[in-house]
Amino acid sequence: MPLFEEGLVSLSQKLHSKEIKASDLVDEAFARIHEVDGDVKAFLTLNEEAARSEAKALDENGTAEEAIISGMPIGIKDNMVTKGLKTTCASHILENYDPLYDATVVDKVKAQKAITIGKLNMDEFAMGSSTETSSFAITKNPWDLERVPGGSSGGSAAAVAAGEVLFALGTDTGGSIRQPSAFCGVVGMKPTYGRVSRYGLVAFASSLDQAGPITRTVEDNAYLLETIAGLDRHDSTSADVPVPHYAAALTGDIKGLRVAVPKEYLGAGIDESVKEKIRAAIKQLESLGAVVDEVSLPHSKYAVPAYYIIASSEASANLARFDGVRYGVRAETNDLIDMYKKSRSEGFGDEVKRRIMLGTFALSSGYYDAYYKKAQQVRTLIKQDFEKVFQNHDIIVGPTTPTPAFKVGENIDDPLTMYANDLLTIPVNLAGIPAISLPCGLADGLPVGLQMIGRPFGEETLYRAAHAYEQTAGFTLTPAKGAMNK
Amino acid sequence: MSRINEEQVKYVANLARLSFTDQEIKTFTTQLDDIIGFAEQLNELDTQGVEPTTHVLDMYNVMREDVVEPSLPREEALKNAPVQEDGQVKVPLIMEAD
Repeated sequence: MPLFEEGLVSLSQKLHSKEIKASDLVDEAFARIHEVDGDVKAFLTLNEEAARSEAKALDENGTAEEAIISGMPIGIKDNMVTKGLKTTCASHILENYDPLYDATVVDKVKAQKAITIGKLNMDEFAMGSSTETSSFAITKNPWDLERVPGGSSGGSAAAVAAGEVLFALGTDTGGSIRQPSAFCGVVGMKPTYGRVSRYGLVAFASSLDQAGPITRTVEDNAYLLETIAGLDRHDSTSADVPVPHYAAALTGDIKGLRVAVPKEYLGAGIDESVKEKIRAAIKQLESLGAVVDEVSLPHSKYAVPAYYIIASSEASANLARFDGVRYGVRAETNDLIDMYKKSRSEGFGDEVKRRIMLGTFALSSGYYDAYYKKAQQVRTLIKQDFEKVFQNHDIIVGPTTPTPAFKVGENIDDPLTMYANDLLTIPVNLAGIPAISLPCGLADGLPVGLQMIGRPFGEETLYRAAHAYEQTAGFTLTPAKGAMNK
Repeated sequence: MSRINEEQVKYVANLARLSFTDQEIKTFTTQLDDIIGFAEQLNELDTQGVEPTTHVLDMYNVMREDVVEPSLPREEALKNAPVQEDGQVKVPLIMEAD
């Protein structure tokens, strides 16, 4: 059995008792990458030399007992800056960018001596739901190479599912951790806004972006979130709220847990095969002692349009910095304004341009109130929907995505169909609350994601419920061995 | 009914510092029109008197002590600059010389 299927706690114990070496773990990562990544294409940049020497140093000097992730191979999404390791955001405009510092999340996993295996593919600037908008490669779903891994953290989810790393970091602005986790059959957590520092993440939509862990198990996820969470003086929106020992919440006991199932999340537009798995999962939670009620989140259907106005508006401002002056690729001309336009037009791909255009339009004089302010008011209504449900319930449960993974090329030419795919994940970002996606079975051979949504800073409750489900569901999801080789 | 025309798309492109071919302007006009049309379903909701949410956390003006701390050395800060001269970033002429 591959080491990565054992889970973090077991691997860490074996590492400390010297039953295995950090080099064995790093060897497994690169052996697997060389075996399958030619087809899966999860990685944009490998950190092989440094990773091997870090593992060797750990084997010689010993790992720190208290740092459970010490020696563990991790993949980093390519929108998190890594000092001395190229960071492209999957965009031509940053194809030569060599960061001068580490993002706080990277700094934290490095401080615990996790070993960076490489940088993971994504939709360009995290704008997309399939990893097809990457300027460099299309990542494939390890369960079926004809299908997308989801996005924008598609490389992160695919690398974990394919066994190329033990775990990975992703970011989630409208579902970019949870949707690919659902499509690839792994566990992904979008923490509460402010739970994890955004310092050193290439900004997409600053009021929505959060970083989080993608792992094989709920327990691994809890440990990785504990490592990366917390107040950061470099991010004034990081929250001054103590970080719990999340793994301690994994008691297996959810008796009396009040679970809300929004009728909008099992309504029109959701595949019957997905609904069937979600209903079975809800029954499972009930059999464990949870009390399940149907509720309504009446403004759900307005979340997607509100999100695309808000996220694109914020993106149009955030991406103004890519102008060819201080970093990135510059198009040479003799005129400054032409240089901006040419650098940006050559450097950005179509989806990024579409969102910059939409955002610039929504913020422009005469349209601001009609679109941007209106969308922010609707955001308030969506947030209030959740607050009402959480007065009487501990978590909200439903599917993560309306369908299992779709085929490469199926939606890429139709922006609105692609956007609609995010209808179940976007409301969470607008409300700033945490949500986890975990596998709840297969539909026609493809993983289905169960989404659990919690109160602000309610990650412990989510982990407890997700873990209780996972432990009793009686399956582990690993793509068939042959699936990743053509 | 079209909500946005090619002239508006060209105007917004200039604000966003992007340039497009005529064919791209046509494609973007259609796509933006579709997306804006989709967004207009927000008008079904009466939001009069609803406070806009700009930010989800109850947090204002996070202050810190104003102390000088080490920053990047100049050569580091210039490492990614595409064109540089005499320790500075070089850009095309901004103002005409007399």
